[in-house]
Amino acid sequence: MALSAAERAMVRALWRKLGDNVGVYATEALERTFLAFPGTKTYFPHLDLSPGSAQVKAHGQKVADALTLAVDQLDDLPGALSFLSDLHAHKLRVDPANFQLLCHCLLVTLARHFPGDFSPTMQASLDKFLSRVTSTLASKYR
Amino acid sequence: MVHFTAADKAAITSMWRKVNVEEAGGETLGRLLVVYPWTQRFFDNFGNLSSASAIMGNPKVKAHGKRVLTSLGEALRNIDDLKGAFSQLSELHCERLHVDPENFRLLGNMLVIILAKHFGKEFTPQMQASWQKMVAGVASALAHKYH
Repeated sequence: MALSAAERAMVRALWRKLGDNVGVYATEALERTFLAFPGTKTYFPHLDLSPGSAQVKAHGQKVADALTLAVDQLDDLPGALSFLSDLHAHKLRVDPANFQLLCHCLLVTLARHFPGDFSPTMQASLDKFLSRVTSTLASKYR
Repeated sequence: MVHFTAADKAAITSMWRKVNVEEAGGETLGRLLVVYPWTQRFFDNFGNLSSASAIMGNPKVKAHGKRVLTSLGEALRNIDDLKGAFSQLSELHCERLHVDPENFRLLGNMLVIILAKHFGKEFTPQMQASWQKMVAGVASALAHKYH
């Protein structure tokens, strides 16, 4: 499932375009996930999940930073995300099905904001990239 | 069993009226075949699927995509009884076409992405939530008669 050179180039190109706003889009993706898939909220009973919540925004930034790290370290995702793999496996124990829901909402968010850049091959590259990230996150579950 | 509020139904039907079913159908099915290449297994007789541009330009893909979304549009008129609306298609997909129901979920999510791309700002998180219910209901209805 490794990304080809062309796929990496596409993901990096879009990420450059997102610039400093990755957090904004990750936050919107979280909002969409909580609304469309209410079961995902069960992992955040300690947070205020109302629209515009500063806590959701802060969490969105964390997700954004992790994804940006992943984009920068496409050659070694297990290494780059090792801390997060451990965290999700042993502490957070989020059912991996939920990662797919967030990834879907991230794609929806990017399609909504960047329709001109969201060609079928861009979508395929992003989908594959996110798929690699989530399988890395779930890799230490058992 | 999906439950649609009055707000869900209003949102879904008002957006659907603005959808170009022919374009959206081709786009949705085409992208399914590009992003998840294993789904091409059902379309061996569709001709050239060798690249993203071949797939997106393939007339059989466009025609079949249109057919699928036309069906969806018809089912919208029976939104409170999707299982009834899709009963025969469910039997067909199980007994004749042998399609894994997982593909209905993939296609449904692909439609949601296409709507987001097309409608932009109008495709709010609330609108998406209504549509996710819709595509989940359709996928479930299509799988209902499987045995």
